[in-house]
Amino acid sequence: MIDAGLRELAAALAGKRISSVELVTQFLDRIAGRNPQLNAFITVDPEKTLAMARSADARLARGEGGPLTGIPLAHKDIFCAEGWLTTCGSKMLSNFVSPYDATVIERFKAAGTVTLGKTNMDEFAMGSSNETSFYGPVKNPWDMAAVPGGSSGGSAAAVAARLTPAATGTDTGGSIRQPAALCGLTGLKPTYGVVSRWGMIAFASSLDQGGPMAKSAEDCALLLNVMAGFDARDSTSLERPAEDYARDLEEPLAGLRIGLPKEFFAEGLSADVAQAVEAAIAEYRRLGAVTVEVSLPNMKLSVPAYYVIAPAEASSNLSRFDGVRYGHRAPQYDDLIDMYCRSRAQGFGAEVKRRILIGTYVLSHGYYDAYYLQAQRIRRLIAADFSQAFKSCDLIMGPTSPTVAFDLGARAADPVQMYLSDIYTIAVNLAGLPGMSIPCGFGAGKRPVGLQIVGNYFEEARMLNVAHQYQRATDWHVRAPEL
Amino acid sequence: MSLSLDQVRRIAVLARIELAPGEAEQTRDQLNGIFSLIEDMQAVNTAGVEPMAHARDLAQRLRADRVTEADRHADFQKVAPETEAGLYLVPKVIE
Repeated sequence: MIDAGLRELAAALAGKRISSVELVTQFLDRIAGRNPQLNAFITVDPEKTLAMARSADARLARGEGGPLTGIPLAHKDIFCAEGWLTTCGSKMLSNFVSPYDATVIERFKAAGTVTLGKTNMDEFAMGSSNETSFYGPVKNPWDMAAVPGGSSGGSAAAVAARLTPAATGTDTGGSIRQPAALCGLTGLKPTYGVVSRWGMIAFASSLDQGGPMAKSAEDCALLLNVMAGFDARDSTSLERPAEDYARDLEEPLAGLRIGLPKEFFAEGLSADVAQAVEAAIAEYRRLGAVTVEVSLPNMKLSVPAYYVIAPAEASSNLSRFDGVRYGHRAPQYDDLIDMYCRSRAQGFGAEVKRRILIGTYVLSHGYYDAYYLQAQRIRRLIAADFSQAFKSCDLIMGPTSPTVAFDLGARAADPVQMYLSDIYTIAVNLAGLPGMSIPCGFGAGKRPVGLQIVGNYFEEARMLNVAHQYQRATDWHVRAPEL
Repeated sequence: MSLSLDQVRRIAVLARIELAPGEAEQTRDQLNGIFSLIEDMQAVNTAGVEPMAHARDLAQRLRADRVTEADRHADFQKVAPETEAGLYLVPKVIE
């Protein structure tokens, strides 16, 4: 059952061929055996997990199950879950047992899914390799010498290693798509505002968006059906009618217009990734799609604009961690200000501090216009580039990441090199568009390559259809690492 | 642009992050590396472009000013470093 998709698992549960307790136990056993090496989970609590599974079994026995009742899932440790340690990968929250559920967790509980544990991540979701976690780096199941990507690296490694059927992630600049690409998974960042951010620990509030990470587009559609929806508690949640994101999965692709931004295939893209992505695009042509060249002329400015906007928002959001109401408080201090300064110096890791300092600077008197407002103007230029491109195509495709997974430690000392890992994903967050990554082959060192699909606003169902049709025609998504 | 050590120390004070002795130098070098990346956007002419503060220019939704949550005071204070009689304790600020 460890390789099964969610529909197959749901059918087995509904048909009483397996109970949720039995299914969950299989995955808990795999976690116990393999997590010490992979470090994909920060918290596993079999007692809580089994209690949830028993209640799912009871619900199924009463005939009250939904499409995902009894299915085990792992949640990124950025989602507050009542009674669970919720650390966000930080020493700052290493003692924080959440007193409430995030909306995403609440919705999965209502659907009857079972929480297997909380997955490792870059500290406060700031990183592209999972190396900034207070709980140590996660290994890529395809190659233990490689990073899994980040920031949702624990979720990605857990799904790839079949420690969970699927997981949640969040994406501020590529944190679902890049680890999905580097671990050979399917991951979707929805249109900004589709998934509630309530109870999802904030990094950059105008960019953060939760989404599913799974083995297939079909599984992502089923998960998004649960995750998406209006939430009055998130002031940027969109009031839209509920959608069935799986409704168009079987639609044919004939006539689909795929836009290929020339900037995605320029200097900086490694040859192995280019080859796999071009082969995937050739497969789409065989499936009836046509390709058109488009241009995103301001894309190269997305990294600088992002590294002003995201740190600015982070410096504001993370000011809540002051050692007063929750989180780490320094054991010794002279006065209130000293308590803040020491608690934050001890509780935050180096990358988080760097970003808070950048954000503080760009928002400070005299620099606000030159940095923050300029970045916001560039953000509009980038969003306008996408609108222009979507006039001549239905979807945009390109690489998710310029390279396959890099070696652990290779970029850890050079923040700028690390930031450039997200060159193809960041623009999508700045524009608020939906983006996904699907596996499309292997590159150097037999490490996975991801194809990025970017849709226009609210085109998730179409993107999932386009991904699903590719997955019907190819088998990259069913390959699993040998462990 | 290049940050001086004094600027780095000043930013750290504003951000309420203590810098250990010797940490300011390394921090300055790393921040300057990041700012050299950010500088790429300074040359772009954005005259007349309206700043975009939020994805899709969303307007903040307002809600009625009424109580919607139950009082879970005790649960929320359970995770606090130090409380007394329902209050959060901090070092004395007024003599």
